[in-house]
Amino acid sequence: MTTTLQPSFGNLDRRPVAPPPQIDFVTIQRSDEFVMLRRRLRRFVFPMSALFFGWYLCYVLLAAYAHDLMSHRLTGEITVGLAMGVLQFGSTILIMVGYLRYARVRIDPLVAAIRGRIGAPEQ
Amino acid sequence: MTATGNPLINTGVFAVFVAVTLLAVYRLSNRNASTSDYYAAGGRFTGAQNGMALSGDYLSAASFLGIAGAIAVRGYDGFLYSIGFLVGWLVNLLLIAELLRNTGRFTMGDVLSFRMRQRPVRAAAATSTLVISLFYMLAQMAGAGGLIALLLGVHGRAGQSLVIAVVGLVMIFYVLVGGMRGTTWVQIIKATMLLLCVALLTVFLLGKFGFSISSLLANAADNNAIGRRVIEPGAAYGTTSMTKLDFVSLSLALILGTAGLPHVLMRFYTVPNAAQARRSVVWATSIMCGFYLATLIIGYGASAVVGSESIRSAPGGENSAAPLLALEVGGTVLLGIVAAVAFATILAVVAGLTLTASASFAHDVYANIVRRGCTDPASEVRVARQTALVVGLLAVCGGILFNGQNVAFLVALAFAFAASANLSTLLYSLFWRRFNTYGTLCGIYGGLVSCLVLVIFSPVVSGTPTSIFRTVDFNWFPLNNPGLVSIPLSFLFGFLGTVLTPDDNSRGKQAEMEVRALTGIGS
Repeated sequence: MTTTLQPSFGNLDRRPVAPPPQIDFVTIQRSDEFVMLRRRLRRFVFPMSALFFGWYLCYVLLAAYAHDLMSHRLTGEITVGLAMGVLQFGSTILIMVGYLRYARVRIDPLVAAIRGRIGAPEQ
Repeated sequence: MTATGNPLINTGVFAVFVAVTLLAVYRLSNRNASTSDYYAAGGRFTGAQNGMALSGDYLSAASFLGIAGAIAVRGYDGFLYSIGFLVGWLVNLLLIAELLRNTGRFTMGDVLSFRMRQRPVRAAAATSTLVISLFYMLAQMAGAGGLIALLLGVHGRAGQSLVIAVVGLVMIFYVLVGGMRGTTWVQIIKATMLLLCVALLTVFLLGKFGFSISSLLANAADNNAIGRRVIEPGAAYGTTSMTKLDFVSLSLALILGTAGLPHVLMRFYTVPNAAQARRSVVWATSIMCGFYLATLIIGYGASAVVGSESIRSAPGGENSAAPLLALEVGGTVLLGIVAAVAFATILAVVAGLTLTASASFAHDVYANIVRRGCTDPASEVRVARQTALVVGLLAVCGGILFNGQNVAFLVALAFAFAASANLSTLLYSLFWRRFNTYGTLCGIYGGLVSCLVLVIFSPVVSGTPTSIFRTVDFNWFPLNNPGLVSIPLSFLFGFLGTVLTPDDNSRGKQAEMEVRALTGIGS
């Protein structure tokens, strides 16, 4: 079973959709571990996506319609608009690091456990 | 102003890049390639390598020359391109990359058709892949003409066409001989050159202005025709309520388009597993974070050092900001390097697009629709190579035909297409259990068609002095970018198409897709 799961690098092509017949996907999908994995993943990625999307939209709308606010000088020639733009970079990095940590602690061990239970090799 | 710098040096540096990459492609090529080798480099790249290659694929000439130029001439509004291009990567990181890597093998069609009826869904996925790739490619090639005039001093139509044809032939060679592995190394080499170049310019500019952003901005304002409005939003899009809405539409297309670009999606298959796919996105995002911050400095730096009027009047217009800046700060040698990087960028991005288009045609259309999945890898790769040749020649012809046309909007348009046709269906397919074949078809075709229709009846095509057809006027849709309307429409079409038709998911297929997407079991 383990061998059928090895990627077939450089060898003849396998059909992209042909599953190794031994794996019972429906049972895995119903298992508590998998349900928990799905819930944990969605609980992080959906709100986070909504967060960065909303924050980006808010920024774009301000840049389009609130010229006075965005042109306000904070210090020297640095405007609110420039600062908010750089903050978008910062928030992108923060969300990325947050996801990496969350995935390492909450997602990856569960994936490893589910894979281990059916004998799939570690990634 | 005629040719800038010394065309011999410019050509020389570019020739060195071409020689090095051709050698690399030739040495790395595997002539008895399987489909997995040709499409996905056998999945053997590491996350870091693929992250570099992703940045190479993504940072097109539009990103480098276009954004620097937009910031230099029109100020703050150009900066929003950078932000949209960067933040869009979070969609890839959180929602797409790992699940896509686990579910598919070579193309976007693999994922979309996984639990649907194979042939119609693959046909739809291939259609949108080909349309998006061609739009994107034309935008890259059409910009080459101005660049050739600026950097090589070739102004005649025939001479420019010849250069475009030569560049196109080199690109076709990369794809045909190198497949995904060769093309990936071209991207990595190109990304390295681009980043070094950008870092050099940025450090120099920061040093010149005493590491004070404020003084850089003040100088940029002094040498810009729009003065102090250069650091305020609205200089490019702020004139009427319609242009403001257009700006919002464009921003939406940028952030949502990234995760639907077929040549970006295909790169996730070149790594062995989801963990490496995640690492690729992290590398790519980090690299681009630095890159786009640097374009801000370079754009304002060009305004400060070169001045917006000289940039506007140079051949190539706004696109000449970065090359002219390089000439000012580093003389002909640095200009030669920037010029070579710009060419390399066009070359590499078009190579990536050609490979993606040919893979989609050979894998989705030929192997799975025409031959119904009963084909041997050798003939599939042969078809892929033939398609690459045809697509490459199309790119060359398009580049020659559209040379000098105003096609900057094409990149933004390709993003709108990607966001409308691909993102909605990918997300539904990965996260919505009930989603079915009709929903997929409605989402893809609905998004594509609404995008196309809105563009055809927009000011881009007719009725204004900058339109493709200036003398006739049939525009009724006021926005240049259709994203604001077409992206929600495609989500709506996908939703309605699904709930109005019966559920055709097989329980087993749906379970297999979900388990595979989340855990990688069976992939």
